[in-house]
Amino acid sequence: MLFKISLSNIRKSLKDYAIYFFTLVLGVAVFYVFNAIETQTSFLKVNEDQREMIKVLTTSISAVSVFIAVVLGLLIVYASRFLMKRRNKEFALYMMLGMSKWRISALLLCETVIIGIGSLFVGLLIGVGLSQVMSAVVANLFEADMNAYKFTVSGSAITKTIIYFGIMYAVVMLRSGFVISKCRLITLMNSGRRSEKITMKNLWVCVIVFLISAAALGWAYYSVGWNAEHLSLRKFGLAIIVGCVATFFIFWSVAGMLLRVMMSAKGIYHHGLNSFTFRQLSSKVNTTVASMTVICLMLFVTICTLSTAFTIRNSMNQGVEENYPVDFYVQFAESADDPEKPWLYKGGNIDDVYAQQNESIYDEFSEYLHFHDYIDDDFTFYDFMGDKRDEFLENNNEIYSRFNFTETIIKLSDYNALMKLYGREQIELADDEYAVCANALGFTDIYTEFLKDKPEAVIYGKSLKPKFTKCIETSIYPGMQANNAGVFIVPDNAVSENGQCFDNFVGNYNATDKKGVEEAEKTARAKWENAAHWYMSDAKGGTNYIMSTRIETVNSAIGIGAIVTFLGLYIGFIFLVSCGAILALKELSESADSLPRYTMLRKLGVDEKDISKSIFRQSGIFFLLPLLLACLHAYVGMRFGKFGLELLITGDYIKPVLFTAALVVLIYGGYFLLTFLGSKAVTREQK
Amino acid sequence: MSLLRLQNVEKYYGSRSSLTKAVDDISFNVEKGEFTAIMGASGSGKTTLLNCISTIDRVTAGHIMLEDTDITKLKGKELNKFRRDKLGFIFQDFNLMDTLTAYENIALALSIQKRPAKEIDKAVKTVAEQLGITEVLNKYPYEMSGGQKQRVASARAIVTSPKLVLADEPTGALDSKSSKMLLERFNYLNHECGATIIMVTHDSFTASYASRVLFIKDGKVFNEINRGGDSRKQFFDKIINVVTLLGGDVSDAL
Repeated sequence: MLFKISLSNIRKSLKDYAIYFFTLVLGVAVFYVFNAIETQTSFLKVNEDQREMIKVLTTSISAVSVFIAVVLGLLIVYASRFLMKRRNKEFALYMMLGMSKWRISALLLCETVIIGIGSLFVGLLIGVGLSQVMSAVVANLFEADMNAYKFTVSGSAITKTIIYFGIMYAVVMLRSGFVISKCRLITLMNSGRRSEKITMKNLWVCVIVFLISAAALGWAYYSVGWNAEHLSLRKFGLAIIVGCVATFFIFWSVAGMLLRVMMSAKGIYHHGLNSFTFRQLSSKVNTTVASMTVICLMLFVTICTLSTAFTIRNSMNQGVEENYPVDFYVQFAESADDPEKPWLYKGGNIDDVYAQQNESIYDEFSEYLHFHDYIDDDFTFYDFMGDKRDEFLENNNEIYSRFNFTETIIKLSDYNALMKLYGREQIELADDEYAVCANALGFTDIYTEFLKDKPEAVIYGKSLKPKFTKCIETSIYPGMQANNAGVFIVPDNAVSENGQCFDNFVGNYNATDKKGVEEAEKTARAKWENAAHWYMSDAKGGTNYIMSTRIETVNSAIGIGAIVTFLGLYIGFIFLVSCGAILALKELSESADSLPRYTMLRKLGVDEKDISKSIFRQSGIFFLLPLLLACLHAYVGMRFGKFGLELLITGDYIKPVLFTAALVVLIYGGYFLLTFLGSKAVTREQK
Repeated sequence: MSLLRLQNVEKYYGSRSSLTKAVDDISFNVEKGEFTAIMGASGSGKTTLLNCISTIDRVTAGHIMLEDTDITKLKGKELNKFRRDKLGFIFQDFNLMDTLTAYENIALALSIQKRPAKEIDKAVKTVAEQLGITEVLNKYPYEMSGGQKQRVASARAIVTSPKLVLADEPTGALDSKSSKMLLERFNYLNHECGATIIMVTHDSFTASYASRVLFIKDGKVFNEINRGGDSRKQFFDKIINVVTLLGGDVSDAL
């Protein structure tokens, strides 16, 4: 009996439940898809590095899932509370008919169970389908082979989804049971007769609040987006809190002002349904200031997360191609044993390391370069600036400009050989000339700025003139990112062999096909690891070395890109769905409540087209308001992100931002569309 | 030619097995400037008839002509246009927009006709004065008494200068004092502004303000009386007589 009533209740309020159910299904499906990645990718033939990366990915998804579950849990509690409020009258009827509170609670429990099981079932079904697509996406990302693919269902992910959502539903059940046990018949009965009290906020209070919050927001924007160099952790926290509070008050005051402003423009206000539309809208915004704030902040986080994730991914992939032009790279140096500068490494030869094991580094390579770089203790970043130093420090607050590092120097012949190997342009220098190359973000500009004035550089006591007035943009040491923070190129005879710093080896394998490369890589790595192992254990002082290969670097770049993208998508998707769902629920129920008003309008002879336009505007502005402010927040947020991640991110922002926008339009816009169509249907009921 | 002509209007509800004739072959004319009351017990079909005239409901058979237009033939947009340009509505439960002030409620009727704002302001103020609601113009419906609300609703109905004002039990939710005041306003609108009014009621007192009363029973016109030169009191007695004649059916509605 109970079951029957529950079922018919659900069927009856299907319109209210539809969007809720839809959201639950989406939530379950997304949750499953991301948690099933581990199982979905287990068949992929990937190498160890990639397997390691996938493991990191799945671990971080697991961790983020807890957070996601909390967000979804809050959404579900909010939505169920909201739907319950709309049924107060119904509960009052049950109680008047003599149903005990226990029975009503049991009824609700029944409903939640039906909805829960239904959404889990449908969601998992969709999730299993989508996760097959996910396998292909992951395989594509890691360039893995899909031949071993078979249809996979992840039992662990299903269990996890059921447990997580089970807990959420249990919380909802407990909560609704608690609410029912607390409520009184008289309040339930009166709840439908809500007095339509229109609270017009005082215009001047609104204006003042708006100005204050706009100013506060402006301050927060400035300190985070434009003055980030002077940002302490405390100030950063303060700016965030101020931003959140200001967001709330901006919505609060805009809700009050919006109508007043519109009303003062009589020509517009009393045109068509405008007065009705704006009244509806302002009452909606007025009662949703808090949710609007939360939605705005969530959208902000989503936009920032997504665009940063896409940017990182892009720059990862681009970076490797440009910055790792060879197959294999070793850098090696021994400690300078300088008690004053314990970080300093100087001298040493890779050949010695190999010689100890009677090996040679050169065997696996068809083309290579073995070269030393140099430093001159009396030639530092600040020395190069000379008397322009103070001016420079005043105008540049970037973290890296605070370090007075010794400049790296390489010989012209080594440079040209390296450029030949990299397939880049070589240069010529006279005996008294030097050149500078760099490609790390910011450094190219800094050196170019200085070179304009043709400053002389005193290197190893010899004064040199700049050959070019521009900094050459190129990498020297292979890496994942543009990491050349400035290298001075000088004629071969200008360096002192005492200044030897690191010994470098770069080379391309003497193999042509993929298999040969893999073989060579294996041998080269094994050799180095073996040689280095014995050498390190024998060396008296410390040694410092870097060994990397292109394959390994590409894999970790792809891996990092993939991890960041997946996490961004996961969080972004759930946040967007949550925002959309809250707004949609609110708007749809408002429309249902406004049914008599629309019936009235129809009786007065308003065209369907005009009514539809009014509904479109209402839901459009309702959805757009938080998005607009979120975009503004996000712009500042990304400015800050650009500053913070400066060394990590290169490349343009436009594509990632467009991609993010597309995703927002797709999901958030999708919810808007559903809401608009739903509202239209709801207000058309009953002829 | 009469302003409104009903020719053999019929309205059936239900299916073939259980047919209800809510309106059963009704014909009558309403002249321009007339104040007509339609009386009948609940279930007699009077509201259905009004709904058919107001194009809210569709007739099953017959024709309703307003001036030269057969309104039973109107569709979609024409219907909406007809309703907002030619008709004014007054409902028992006021049907004001609770989110709008009195002023905005009245202005809404004009603004959906896309009239310029200046004209709207003037028209609203004039009609508010005629109905004595100038001082409540900036109030919301929940701040007004029932009588004030109904006068605001009346103002909204006549502000567009419709050909025909249709009132469905306008005094149904009012106390006797407010009813009287409202009906006097109706008379004023009828005499001074030349408004043609059709009012549905089951209350003899309310009907006695009209210049003509149609009695409906079981979907048919049962009787019709004209006020002629009678005073309101005399006319009221005449109505009571007919109501008594109608029998027990209607007495419960008195």
